[in-house]
Amino acid sequence: MGKLARSPWLLHYDGSSCNGCDIEVLDCLTPRYDLERFGIINTGDPFQADIFLITGGINSQSEQVVKQIYSQMPEPKVVVAVGICACTGGVFKECYNIKGGVDTVIPVDIYVPGCAARPESIIDGVVKAMELLRTKQEEFSRRKKEKKQA
Amino acid sequence: MIPVISVLAYLIFAPVLGGLLDGADRIISARMQGRVGPPLLQPFYDLSKLFSKQMIAVNNVQLLLNLSYLVFLAVSGAILFGGADVLMCLFVLSTADMFLILAASSDSSPFAVMGANREMIQMMTYEPLTLLIAVGFYLSTGSFVVKEIIHSSISPVVMMPGMLLGFWVITAIKLRKSPFDLSTSHHAHQEMVKGLTTEMSGPTLAVMNIAEYYEKILLLGIVALFIINKHWWSWILAVAVCLIFYFLEILWDNVSARVKWKTMLMGCWIVTLLAGGINLLILMLIK
Amino acid sequence: MEWLWILIAFPALMAVIIWLIPSDVLKGRLVYVGAAGMMALTIFLLGSWSGQEMETAYLYVNTAFWDKAMLAGEVFFMGLIIYESIRHKKYPVMLLSIAQTGLMVWLESTVHLPELPHLMVDRLAILMCVIVAFVGGLICIYAVGYMEAYHQHHKEFQNRRGFFFAMIFFFLAAMMGLVLSLNMIWMYFFWEVTSVISFLLIGYTRTEEAVDNSFRALWMNLLGGLGFAAAIVISALKGGTAQLQEVVLAGSALPLLCLSLAGLTKSAQMPFSSWLLGAMVAPTPSSALLHSATMVKAGVYLLIRIAPALNGTAVGMLVALIGGYTFISASMMAIAQNDGKKVLAFSTISNLGLIVACAGIGVEETIWGAILLMIFHSVSKSMLFQAVGATENSLGSRDIENMHGLLLRLPKLAYIMGIGIAGMYLAPFGMLISKWVALKAFVDSGNVVLVIFLAYGSATTMLYWTKWLAKITSMHHTKEVVHDVTREDQYFSMYLHGGAMILLCLLFPVLATSVVNPIISQLFGFSYEVLSMSVLTTMAVMLASVILVPAAMFLITRSAPRDYVPIYMGGVNEGDNTYFTNSLGMPEHLYLTNWYLRFEFGMRRLMRPSEILTAGALVVMFCLIIGGAV
Repeated sequence: MGKLARSPWLLHYDGSSCNGCDIEVLDCLTPRYDLERFGIINTGDPFQADIFLITGGINSQSEQVVKQIYSQMPEPKVVVAVGICACTGGVFKECYNIKGGVDTVIPVDIYVPGCAARPESIIDGVVKAMELLRTKQEEFSRRKKEKKQA
Repeated sequence: MIPVISVLAYLIFAPVLGGLLDGADRIISARMQGRVGPPLLQPFYDLSKLFSKQMIAVNNVQLLLNLSYLVFLAVSGAILFGGADVLMCLFVLSTADMFLILAASSDSSPFAVMGANREMIQMMTYEPLTLLIAVGFYLSTGSFVVKEIIHSSISPVVMMPGMLLGFWVITAIKLRKSPFDLSTSHHAHQEMVKGLTTEMSGPTLAVMNIAEYYEKILLLGIVALFIINKHWWSWILAVAVCLIFYFLEILWDNVSARVKWKTMLMGCWIVTLLAGGINLLILMLIK
Repeated sequence: MEWLWILIAFPALMAVIIWLIPSDVLKGRLVYVGAAGMMALTIFLLGSWSGQEMETAYLYVNTAFWDKAMLAGEVFFMGLIIYESIRHKKYPVMLLSIAQTGLMVWLESTVHLPELPHLMVDRLAILMCVIVAFVGGLICIYAVGYMEAYHQHHKEFQNRRGFFFAMIFFFLAAMMGLVLSLNMIWMYFFWEVTSVISFLLIGYTRTEEAVDNSFRALWMNLLGGLGFAAAIVISALKGGTAQLQEVVLAGSALPLLCLSLAGLTKSAQMPFSSWLLGAMVAPTPSSALLHSATMVKAGVYLLIRIAPALNGTAVGMLVALIGGYTFISASMMAIAQNDGKKVLAFSTISNLGLIVACAGIGVEETIWGAILLMIFHSVSKSMLFQAVGATENSLGSRDIENMHGLLLRLPKLAYIMGIGIAGMYLAPFGMLISKWVALKAFVDSGNVVLVIFLAYGSATTMLYWTKWLAKITSMHHTKEVVHDVTREDQYFSMYLHGGAMILLCLLFPVLATSVVNPIISQLFGFSYEVLSMSVLTTMAVMLASVILVPAAMFLITRSAPRDYVPIYMGGVNEGDNTYFTNSLGMPEHLYLTNWYLRFEFGMRRLMRPSEILTAGALVVMFCLIIGGAV
């Protein structure tokens, strides 16, 4: 496994969720599911996070916030949209204040559907994110090397 | 010759040992909470990941100050493990901490500055006892110099049990353990984000973590100093006591919630006065 | 060495000339001349004295004329105080003045004392002369530029610059006289001069606050003066002498207690600390002068002189405990202050407390620490006062909160301030080593209470300095433009201070072995290595590393590629790190403040109990000694 895949730290952000998915995310940290087994830490800080985990659709208020937090995360990073609202906007899709899924604002790598998403599927999504981080890591170090040569 | 070897050993192995302790700490904590926990080598995976990340920063001095923090901690530990003056070691330790505070407040960001302010309060909280402990060593063994302290005929702890007790309390502050994890914490979802370390990212954070490992070993070194005397078996006993000491810290961490700064300050100062002060008084009287 | 009087007369003469010259420009030039002359004279004194193999010199045996002149001067001061106290309706003050002047007049007209040398040159006196001449002289140079800017800012105050400079020079003359005096009657005269001039300097702006504070300073210092006069009378009547050395040798309790009272008031110890805090209303150069190199140092100088007699006595214990208590309580109150000068004032009181505690214990080790503390404190405190004064002229405020990100706004002043602060408390710098020695000495003398005071006091000291340092080194970019209005001569003085500070620290082992050790052996007849040489050299190495480590790190990290991102404010940063979006969707300015813990450590909470406690201790001690219990 690559470096990142062994120690992915995640940042959890609530776009405009009904809190159903949020509770499921926190559930992953409990003894029953124990995300820390994989070295995952739920850090509250974009500066230290590798995985950006968003629940809920994006509205006009949270749009800038999501963009800014995304910009404050160091490369390589992965975005995971948890729950159907984060994936597409869900039942709120047509609301006047909802822009839609997270991918309307920042690029999303992994979609975890469900309403609310079950802990098993969230863990599945995060583990997929870990695999993706490895490829991104390789790409990042390749780019860094090229930059150095240039 | 021996001081050189022990200093080198400290400089090379302290981060490794510190990391292993941290890994064990996380596993034990997880078991106490009914979880499995990460692998033992998790802290090293974290470090190597942090070093491979993109270097983002909010200003151009934070990395510099963090590195100074690391270097001064290493120097402070080297003073202890090189057998030099224990008082000087503690003074350098607080200078090191001051660099960390400067690193955090250089961000000029709300959470980091709040963390820095709390760190200053923490410093003020543990400082009196560290000085008293140095004085305690001086009174019970006749010297501030580590080389001479470890050759005393009986363990200093016999003369200063109160100070060891007090040290156990303030070590929780230094190790950033609950209930005194005010300035930064290992847990998410709290009012101060990551406090002091909020704007530290990738390699900068890695430097900070390594420094903390140095500090951990340094603190345990001081604990060992309480136990070691001229007999060879005291060294084994010292290692055992260090492990028990650390285990008790973990236990305390897991069974208590964070307190407010005032409770911490007053609580620790009173402990300092009762455990440290009375111990000191007795030492002076019997001397 | 017969020319020693010039050292006292020259500044006094300069003072008169500066006062009389009408032109502001010429006044400034003359201040430079005066300061340079004073330094040159001191160097000359040092040279000629080392030509005589640094032996203690006793001078001026027959001085009938000057004795009379001084008495006349004292009566004149009494008149001045009576006039001022009637003018400002502060009547009780004049009673103190009349009492002590009456005592002195009565003494000189009735008791005949044998003629003995009046001045003495020894190592400690020379050290004090160097501090007074150099730190004081540089403050004079700084004052020229400062007063220019001060009167541009404060049009409401009458420009009495000539008076100000003249007073400063008179003050320096009196200080020189004070530290060189052997005879207590002479010393008392110079002591009175410093009290009266500090009163005039504090009242410089003539605002109501300034007048109130100046009277507070006056009555407290006069109380000390009364103690001094009483000490002279008692020792003249009982021991038939007015020589300080003989009083120390005799070691009788009451004169020592009276002298200690004088020392405690002048060095602003509890319960007399409030005069020094009030003195901060004066223009900064006078604060720098009064609280770093001169006035307060006169108090601790006297205590150090009598320290050998204090060792092991009840009076010594009282002085040590009051000093130790002042150290911890003043440093706690400093935490709650956000006015830069107030913090400096409390820190001065607190550090002097430590020196006083050392003097009260009165063994070689503690005096060793006390003298070093005095040297380092003079230089760094003077530098800090000057830096705060210059910052105030540029920013229009001396609030520490307004110094946020000073490093980017006024970099030069921020560096000077940083060096000063580091010198006050950081690991390898002088103050800390001296503190270390003090700690060891307190332990050796078996004084648990002082050890505990020192332990807690260093912790609180660390807090208020660290938060100030953290404030100025914050990398905060603001849009307000600040113009540095500090003038060349101010920088000249501050740079020299900064250089001296660093040199003193680097040359610490030399300072300890070749300056302080001989002073100790002169005071106590012997000396031994208080800190072993290896510790001292380690310290020097440490200091070098404090400079080298960040410098090396700077070089290493400079080339590290970084991508800059905004600071974290929950994702609602407006982009330039100074504004964020508030809950109404409006931009809100970011404002970060330090912690002041006012409810816990505020002056309102701690000052009164501390004063009552220490005043009570003093009263009890007086009762005990007058009653003959001790």
